[in-house]
Amino acid sequence: MAVFEPEAEVAIRDAEETGGDVIGRSPWALAGRRLVRNKLALAAFVLFLLIVAVSFAAPLYARHVAHTDPFVSNLSGSFQQNGKTVQVIQQGTGKLGLGETPIGPTWQAKYLLGADEQGRDVAARVLYGGRASLEIGIGSAALACLLATVFGLIAGFFGGWTDSFLSRAMDLVWAFPVYLLAISLATVLLTAPNGLDLGIVRVGASSLWIPLLIIGLIYVPYVYRPVRGQVLSLRQKEFVEAAIAQGAGSFRLIFREILPNVASTVIVLLPLMIATTILTESALSYLSIGVQAPQASWGTIIDDGQALLYTRPWVAIAPGIMIVLTVLALNVFGDGLRDALDPRSKVRMK
Amino acid sequence: MLAFTVRRLVGLVAVMFALSVLVFLIFFATPGIDPARQMAGRNPSPDTIKNIRHEFGLDRPLPVRYALMMEHMFISRDLISYGSHTRVVPQIISATPVTLSLVVGAAVLWVLFSIVFGVAAAVLRGTFFDPLLMVLALIGISMPVFWLGEVANLITQDKLHGSVFSWVPPPGYTPLTQNPWQWFLHLLIPWLTLSVLYIGFYARVLRANLIETENEDYVRTARAKGISERRVLLRHTLRTSMITFVSLFGLDFGVLVAGGALLTEVVFGLPGVGQLTYNSLTGLDLPVIMTTVVYAAFFITLASAAVDLVYAWLDPRVRPT
Amino acid sequence: MAEPLLEVEDLKVSFRTEDGIVHAVDGVSFTVAEGEVVGIVGESGSGKSVTMLSVMRLITDPNVSYEGEIRYKGRSLMALSREAMREVRGEEIAMIFQDPMTSLNPVYKIGWQIEEQLREHTKVSKGEARRRSVELLRQVGIPNAAERIDDYPHQFSGGMRQRVMIALALSCNPDLLIADEPTTALDVTIQAQILELIKNLKTEFRSAVVLITHDLGVVADIADRILVMYAGRIVEEGDKEQIFYDPQHPYTWGLLGSIARLDRPKPRRLTAIAGQPPSLINRPRGCNFRPRCPQAFERCRREEPQLTQKVGDGHLDACHLPVEDKRARRGETIDPALAESA
Repeated sequence: MAVFEPEAEVAIRDAEETGGDVIGRSPWALAGRRLVRNKLALAAFVLFLLIVAVSFAAPLYARHVAHTDPFVSNLSGSFQQNGKTVQVIQQGTGKLGLGETPIGPTWQAKYLLGADEQGRDVAARVLYGGRASLEIGIGSAALACLLATVFGLIAGFFGGWTDSFLSRAMDLVWAFPVYLLAISLATVLLTAPNGLDLGIVRVGASSLWIPLLIIGLIYVPYVYRPVRGQVLSLRQKEFVEAAIAQGAGSFRLIFREILPNVASTVIVLLPLMIATTILTESALSYLSIGVQAPQASWGTIIDDGQALLYTRPWVAIAPGIMIVLTVLALNVFGDGLRDALDPRSKVRMK
Repeated sequence: MLAFTVRRLVGLVAVMFALSVLVFLIFFATPGIDPARQMAGRNPSPDTIKNIRHEFGLDRPLPVRYALMMEHMFISRDLISYGSHTRVVPQIISATPVTLSLVVGAAVLWVLFSIVFGVAAAVLRGTFFDPLLMVLALIGISMPVFWLGEVANLITQDKLHGSVFSWVPPPGYTPLTQNPWQWFLHLLIPWLTLSVLYIGFYARVLRANLIETENEDYVRTARAKGISERRVLLRHTLRTSMITFVSLFGLDFGVLVAGGALLTEVVFGLPGVGQLTYNSLTGLDLPVIMTTVVYAAFFITLASAAVDLVYAWLDPRVRPT
Repeated sequence: MAEPLLEVEDLKVSFRTEDGIVHAVDGVSFTVAEGEVVGIVGESGSGKSVTMLSVMRLITDPNVSYEGEIRYKGRSLMALSREAMREVRGEEIAMIFQDPMTSLNPVYKIGWQIEEQLREHTKVSKGEARRRSVELLRQVGIPNAAERIDDYPHQFSGGMRQRVMIALALSCNPDLLIADEPTTALDVTIQAQILELIKNLKTEFRSAVVLITHDLGVVADIADRILVMYAGRIVEEGDKEQIFYDPQHPYTWGLLGSIARLDRPKPRRLTAIAGQPPSLINRPRGCNFRPRCPQAFERCRREEPQLTQKVGDGHLDACHLPVEDKRARRGETIDPALAESA
């Protein structure tokens, strides 16, 4: 028998004899398996999808269930409840017996959660608001991640002046406290009488694009930093050097070798970013510098509900509950995703 | 040490300058913005607008306007607010104690509770307390702070005001020097509201850090030395985990003092720097905006420098030998 | 014969993982006598570290389970309460680890770290603890001990840090010192110094030493007895002469063949042991080493060899080959150049 045996043959003989598992699994498959085992994270993801589905089904709800248009004032309207005709805005049922109060929750198809001070169906508005909040939340998070990935790849890979310039710019934007930057940009862009006018593109002040762009831009530095850091460390790894030695061009290197590794970092960050952007948008809308009328978002409805807080609390509470559920689901799912892709804690197993 | 301080001071001034220029440009150089029209009120005549423009120096070139504003802010210290027509600097000075009261109180609460929860979750890993605490923490960071404030108000001012929460005063602020007890009562619910978010965040961070540090070789050495588990936890695991905790805390605290607590201030009617910043931004009150931005930049850079110092004190490896 | 200091009897350590149960240590038995130096040699994954970490009960993984007995001075260590085990650690059995850079807490001065251990186990005043620490540092060869005692770990070189670890370990006069790959992370020249230090201190402190390493060359000078471990089991056991001059197991031959030696006339190839260690979840039938063994034959596939004494007093091995065949063939592995020229 030979003293030296090629490793491959030994491995094959091993597999035949041991009868054990020698199947290699890719890191993605391993991660997927771990994620699927995490029931809580999966449930959270399903919850999030449910909220998205329900919110985007808002027009269906408004038309077929509540039979109402939640963007039209209904101050003098009335409807049938339990066979009786009920005024939407009622006289003096508030605590102090003054003025008019919208109807409270009926817990039925029409005006499920009651009406707001304009007589509009709160439940329907909350669903539409969800649509706006989710569009802005997901859109801005995706935008931030996209830009950060592009900039991070360029800066980390090419280094030198490009890196210096980009990183300084990011540092400057990040030096601005988020609230300051967001409020400044929002105020400025919303006060401009013609909205955002870039010559070729004109975006109206009530468009959802303005908050989306603002929030997307301010969070770019947050994702940029880890992406760039990872690109820097990957660039020095052996497999990149090996690829360069084989004559691979820059773009191929970026796409085939580095991007897949960076992708996992960004994927883990995405749900957490969406959670953050949803919270930021709701804060801006609450302060009246986010989503503008006639559009509605969860934040604007909470703002609307402030005046009615002690008489019709559901107007303010309902959208908040939606935010909490959505953000919680995203956080739990994001945690599960991170654990699946990078398991470090030793958990007791059955 | 001297070189370090000098470098930091220069950095401080540089950041204050950079931020003030940026904000100035955002508010003045963005096409379509006209503070004069804003200040002129409803349906102004062209003459009114022109007068306002001249009165506030808005018809001068950009760099001149900036220089003038800086001069009024720091040198003659008589910068006038567009909105209230009073001096700006005293406005900020009177708003600062309110913000400090809110933020320091909340900070004490959140540091205490996050350490307790974070350590408890790490020590009780494997029992049901750990996931329970972490879910609570997650809920904490998932609630918009302004909504939580509204809910708190709903409960304490209305629903349970007659019974459990009869002692809660209406929203507002009483200075400490005027009436300490009222000061405390006014701030208690705001403290709790503001700290919920941060307790959630820091408890999770601390727990993750503790678990990671558990696997470090020097913790294994400490156990091999035969030291009690409690001492290993406090003197070895926690001690090194606190380094990250303190760094993050310093930055968050700095941002809050700089005006980041504005949502809480608005919801609870506390006339602090945050509320002042918000009102000035939406009212396009440039002098106040600029002053609050400079104030904010100052505190944030100060906090960052303080964090560096404390970091060096906590971790001997980064000290300059 | 006097009662052995440490007795390990049929120790089995397994871990539940998401891929199945890993049998890291699968029936290991050995003893350590007072003042004896035992070397445990094996490659990564052979279970040598897990064995000694189990003796110290330092394994924190909640998914671990133990079988078997570990007795120290007659007392069962497994049965001790956490408190009692704490007292054993550091005071009776001490352990030093592979990487001195990460094994010392970076935020405390080394004097503080030695004093912490002293004051945990003995009732000394702060001043006395400090004096003792300086003395220990001097004994392990740290120059300017009285000043260096107030330095932080990152201010020492690798070799110096390991000396500090040794000082720490010996501070309470333990009767047994476990050294887990103490020289692996150090330069070759420093390695020799540290091994020399351990040898001297063993005489001075009269403690037994268990030296864990993957390199037989490391234990050549210092060990009294050597255990060779493979895939969680002991495959050969004997005293220094027996292992080096009459090795009985093909794995030991592989280890010997891979040592670079200066005393051979011609430069020769180092033999590598082809293949990978077996899965500790699904062990192969028969002999665990068979897939990589150049001498394997039919019986090796069917029957697992037992660790028994075949050639000399206290010299055990787990191999089916007849002794004469072993002695004839081992030259191929240990010294191919000599075998070719023979």
